[in-house]
Amino acid sequence: FAQGGYAKAAFEAKSMAELTKALGLATPTESKDITVTGPDIAENGAVVPLGAATTLPGVKRMMLLVEKNPNMLAALFDFSDAVDPAVSTRVKMGQSSDVFAVAVMNDGRVLYGHKEIKVTLGGCGG
Amino acid sequence: PLGRYAHADAATAEKGLYDLPRFGNVSFLHMTDCHAQLLPIHFREPSVNLGVGAMAGRTPHLVGEHLLRQAGVRPGTALAHAYTFLDFEKAARRYGKVGGFAQLATLVKRLKATRPGALLLDGGDTWQGSAVSLWTNGQDMVEACKLLGVDIMTGHWEFTYGQERVQEIVKNDFAGKIEFLAQNVKTADFGDPVFKPYTLREINGVPCAIIGQAFPYTPIANPRYMVADWTFGIQDDNLQQMVDEARGKGAQVVVVLSHNGMDVDLKMASRVRGVDAILGGHTHDGVPVPVLVDNPGGKTLVTNAGSNGKFLGVLDFEVKNGKVADWRYKLLPVFANQLTPDAEMSALIQRLRAPHQAKLSEKLAVTDGLLYRRGNFNGTWDQLICDALMEVQDAQIAFSPGFRWGSTLLPGDTITRELMMDQVATTYSYATVTEMSGEMIKTVLEDVCDNLFNPDPYYQQGGDMVRVGGLTYACAPLESMGRRVQDMRLNGQPIDPGKTYRVAGWAPVSEEAKSAGHKMVWDVLETWFKAHPRVTPRKPNVPRLIGMQGNPGLA
Amino acid sequence: MRIRAQAAGDKATVRVLMSHEMETGQRKDASGKVIPAWFIQDVTAKHNDKVVMTAQWGPAVSKNPFMQFVVKGAKAGDKISITWVDNRGDTRTDEATVS
Ligand SMILES: [Mn+2]
Ligand SMILES: [Mn+2]
Repeated sequence: FAQGGYAKAAFEAKSMAELTKALGLATPTESKDITVTGPDIAENGAVVPLGAATTLPGVKRMMLLVEKNPNMLAALFDFSDAVDPAVSTRVKMGQSSDVFAVAVMNDGRVLYGHKEIKVTLGGCGG
Repeated sequence: PLGRYAHADAATAEKGLYDLPRFGNVSFLHMTDCHAQLLPIHFREPSVNLGVGAMAGRTPHLVGEHLLRQAGVRPGTALAHAYTFLDFEKAARRYGKVGGFAQLATLVKRLKATRPGALLLDGGDTWQGSAVSLWTNGQDMVEACKLLGVDIMTGHWEFTYGQERVQEIVKNDFAGKIEFLAQNVKTADFGDPVFKPYTLREINGVPCAIIGQAFPYTPIANPRYMVADWTFGIQDDNLQQMVDEARGKGAQVVVVLSHNGMDVDLKMASRVRGVDAILGGHTHDGVPVPVLVDNPGGKTLVTNAGSNGKFLGVLDFEVKNGKVADWRYKLLPVFANQLTPDAEMSALIQRLRAPHQAKLSEKLAVTDGLLYRRGNFNGTWDQLICDALMEVQDAQIAFSPGFRWGSTLLPGDTITRELMMDQVATTYSYATVTEMSGEMIKTVLEDVCDNLFNPDPYYQQGGDMVRVGGLTYACAPLESMGRRVQDMRLNGQPIDPGKTYRVAGWAPVSEEAKSAGHKMVWDVLETWFKAHPRVTPRKPNVPRLIGMQGNPGLA
Repeated sequence: MRIRAQAAGDKATVRVLMSHEMETGQRKDASGKVIPAWFIQDVTAKHNDKVVMTAQWGPAVSKNPFMQFVVKGAKAGDKISITWVDNRGDTRTDEATVS
């Protein structure tokens, strides 16, 4: 499976278009088969658990993106056939944002799922 | 129906309202959010409890006559007084105080006698809300709950004593007596369960599972440093696993003891399969008629049992052929004058209070007006707090958190230190003064407003709007975040985003606030009471509402 | 590093906690000076001696990073090793046994 040098340009991308250009990828399309998991409201913007997973076969790379971070791409994972296409990590989020899981398939298709995560100031309660 | 017993003696009244005929073979008694109120108090239900989006006009977002109509309760009755704010002062004087653990103990014993095997479930917010609970680190409530015979509990404000204190109580005081359950609390490192997620109990030969659901947003709504090594969240996938696991082990009845808040419970009930009932708390809604929610697995009952010891929920199931065939539910008000106090519990309460009695009963002032807290935007008690903060802290604007606990005082009542502490007793009640830009003030108000009015309940936190002194504004709950708070003014002048304002507040969640040398808010209040021994009636500063005409959550 | 690898059926779930500042390069210290970026860039996961997954991270990954993945065909007694390399060229490898 793919193992190259550090994708510096991808980590500097400010938008999905810049990211796909930096990596030479096709235009991503939304897919209900790509799931991104995370809290609805982050308990701590500095440590937000995110997961990306799919039931589709033939995923070679999975990326986690935070739309409103200074740079969108937080992490990318290259899978061999010896792992499930499911991975979790924890990321920083400065403000409420959509987060994306983007899967690069063996056949060149690029699919994504997304969800909203709220980062709040906190306080109050019943 | 209780009205005719109002002037009769306690024994007769008990026979009237509290003589609830037995039904079925599996019963749960549910109390929640007592906020450490061991003695009877007054508690005024809200006149503003707005629902937006899919929640508009639906339980629990009904107030006053709208609620009575839905519950089929006649106005002017004792039940109408218990469930609503209507004619509050007059009805409160007529029907007397509510709650009290000695009265509750009598009621629990009575119901357990007619319902063998019934379990007493406590939804949490039990160890916080009074001076004595704060001064004893929750120990008074731990002792009282053990004597009351609580079988199972979950939590929220419990966590504000810190994770070590919670573990100490669960592992030592509660061992072999009370099970503390929470399927949604995990360690922050590898996500291991912190508490037992559920328990299996046999009731009259029927295997039953009770699953605990702690308040999902504890580290956001309260200081995160109190529970630094734990994470929370709603976790409905994990809940589904627990339900399936319990059913797999033979459970014929599955109930979730939840501290989600009612809107979150309603959404959760629509997503998770195999739950017979969610007995909920946190939003302090006194819900006389449970909501039956459809989901892919069947139907789930959702209830919420009010606050401050005012109610006891009684859920009876008839279990036949391995499943729930029928049910009955009653939200019983605890009228203190109509239940003979339990002698053993009275003695315990007296013993717990004795070392603090002198401090508790010290008179601070007398109020000429009704002092209450609950309501989406403000109450007279928080108005008093805002007025005191602005005056004593020399601030232009004051914020008071949208807490839903806090007892009610009638006109003419003496404000003792104990009654003041009912409004402010938390482990982080620091009084702050912050220089805030107009832009920041707007950001804060919008943030809290979204926690209350986000159309998706999973993005709500179940508190009320931050109470605001000095500043006036308009609020459009139906707008999106960033557009709800409008027309902010100070002394009639528009708030300037670039200008700095002096804002007083209390109960900050940041860890830095702990060591910043702030005064405590009760000291600020006591300073103010010295200058105002006679408290004139407070008019709550509430926003002008936009788009809420006709909403039955508004009286 | 703390690595936990637990087999269930014919798979093992691996959870890793690394110790690293993950400094973004966008924060300033008390004197107003920018704190230089310092973060893990590359991660390699091996099952016994075979590389099964690699990762590239930016500074948005949280301090003391966490990673979880599932290795097929891993059984009790197998070795899982994790290596990271940061933007300064520092590296660390740790190993755990599947339980
Ligand atoms: Mn509560
Ligand atoms: Mn609560």
